[in-house]
Amino acid sequence: MSATDDGKKMTRREVLKITGALALGGTAAPAAVSPAAATPAEMQAAVASVVGDVKVTQGRVKLDIPPLVENGNTVPCTVTVESPMTAADHVRAIHVFAERNPQPYVISATLGPRTGRASISVRMRLRDSQTVLAIAQMSDGSFWSDRINVIVTTGACLEDVL
Amino acid sequence: MARALINAPARARRGSVIEIKTLISHIMETGFRYTQTGQAVPRDIVTDFTATYNGEEVFRARLYPAIAANPFISFHTLATESGTIELKWTGDNGFSATEQVRITVE
Repeated sequence: MSATDDGKKMTRREVLKITGALALGGTAAPAAVSPAAATPAEMQAAVASVVGDVKVTQGRVKLDIPPLVENGNTVPCTVTVESPMTAADHVRAIHVFAERNPQPYVISATLGPRTGRASISVRMRLRDSQTVLAIAQMSDGSFWSDRINVIVTTGACLEDVL
Repeated sequence: MARALINAPARARRGSVIEIKTLISHIMETGFRYTQTGQAVPRDIVTDFTATYNGEEVFRARLYPAIAANPFISFHTLATESGTIELKWTGDNGFSATEQVRITVE
């Protein structure tokens, strides 16, 4: 082993370091263009755009999502609201929000007495483990809600780059 | 015309609540994805879903990119009279699809 051999090894390491840094930079670039998640603050703004300044009460709404989700691309979601669904007392609308998706809105459904039962199901996308919120607007103008924490093992936006 | 699957009872008792399950084939491109060259993939989603029962609207939903591809929507309605239930999906890039199911109420 001569000093020149050591010197060669050092330069090779340096080269590897530089290429490694370049590779890291390369992976960081697409991450920079991916959208920012809707922050809880953004979700509050979205909720406020629906409810205005009316108080939202917890209860009467049942949000049904499996607490542990393997694939965030299709997450079954059912919202059921306790209501007689008569002309005098029915659910007017159901809104679902997800706080850490690129956009907080998921679905806004309009119901009426002809809907018969205030229960809807959809398949939604979840980008990350997060809180999902369902809000129901009753015909008397009151708002009721339910929230659930969902753990997502594979988020919806992972195979993003086409 | 996009392929749609609808599951609704053909017969129902008057005044009973029936469930209608719908699924339509659609990619639901979110508009938040990028190609390898960094170009944004434009949004292409179904934005609205409407169900009318003999011409009267019974259910309507506004959809957002957070709805999974091939949107599945299930809702309920009151079986009031025999007739047709019309389901209509509209979306970006002029997407429009309509399906009808007959129901006999006795």
